[in-house]
Amino acid sequence: MTEKTEPADMPSIELRTEALESLLVEAGLVTPEALDGLINRYVADVGPMNGAKVVAKAWTDDAYRRQLLDDGTAAVGELGFAGPQGEHIVVVENTPEIHNVVVCTLCSCYPWPVLGLPPDWYKDPAYRSRMVREPRTLLSEMGLDLDDDVDVRVWDSSAENRYFVLPERPEGTESMSEEELAELVTRDAMVGVAKVTAP
Amino acid sequence: MSLDVLSLGTDGVTAPPRTNGELTFAAPWESRSFAMALALAQQGLFTLDEFRDHLIEAIGRWEDADHGDEPYHYYRQWQEALEAILAAKQTIAESAMRDRIGVLAQRPHGHDH
Repeated sequence: MTEKTEPADMPSIELRTEALESLLVEAGLVTPEALDGLINRYVADVGPMNGAKVVAKAWTDDAYRRQLLDDGTAAVGELGFAGPQGEHIVVVENTPEIHNVVVCTLCSCYPWPVLGLPPDWYKDPAYRSRMVREPRTLLSEMGLDLDDDVDVRVWDSSAENRYFVLPERPEGTESMSEEELAELVTRDAMVGVAKVTAP
Repeated sequence: MSLDVLSLGTDGVTAPPRTNGELTFAAPWESRSFAMALALAQQGLFTLDEFRDHLIEAIGRWEDADHGDEPYHYYRQWQEALEAILAAKQTIAESAMRDRIGVLAQRPHGHDH
């Protein structure tokens, strides 16, 4: 019994998650297999590609675009994308005059069903506070320079509303198919920290 | 780590997940913690809104404290929120966590997998 190796004092995070999982399994509340399935689903199946398909469809089908802006949850659900934390999806449209960008100031609310899991920078305290205070500066640091006459609108995601951005369709993509367009759309563009560029 | 708990399959998960070139989970424990919260919410043990409230509290506590050079780690706050909500719901008591951590930590090195 040496005090130096007292394990409960500052247990590693690995030990804490392992302990919790084993207790939950014993209580019959989770199974390791069910957790594996959830992880696989979020890592492999749900990802920015879902959102990219939504954007490409909106670019090529104006009725869908209007529906998407009117009721994001329903329009996204129409393509089969729904799940936890995607219940209230609000889509905001970028135009030559308006640039939208999404943040969650309190935690890291994110439209998982369409964009997958949030990237590290989205969860970063600096991103969360600076995007509200100085969006132009931060966007510029992230590689997106906007003209002074562009109206920058910052949307704070919450439990009620998960925002995602409908980016502008880049010029020179008129002949591209919906599938080809979807490949151009990045997660960053749908959060609003980048634009979609033509190939 | 017991293999049955952390055996994450051969592809998709243990192969580092990437979206737009970025790791989705930096370590297996992050994905376990993430999935536990989701699974319990799906079963109705708590709602995701309730969990979010605990997450906001955990993140707020971190932001209010002085951490020196220690970097912010989102999933640590996630795990803290998960433990807090399970304690509040009297599903998994803090003492049960402490005891189990103690037991797991007693495993001799080299025999902990």
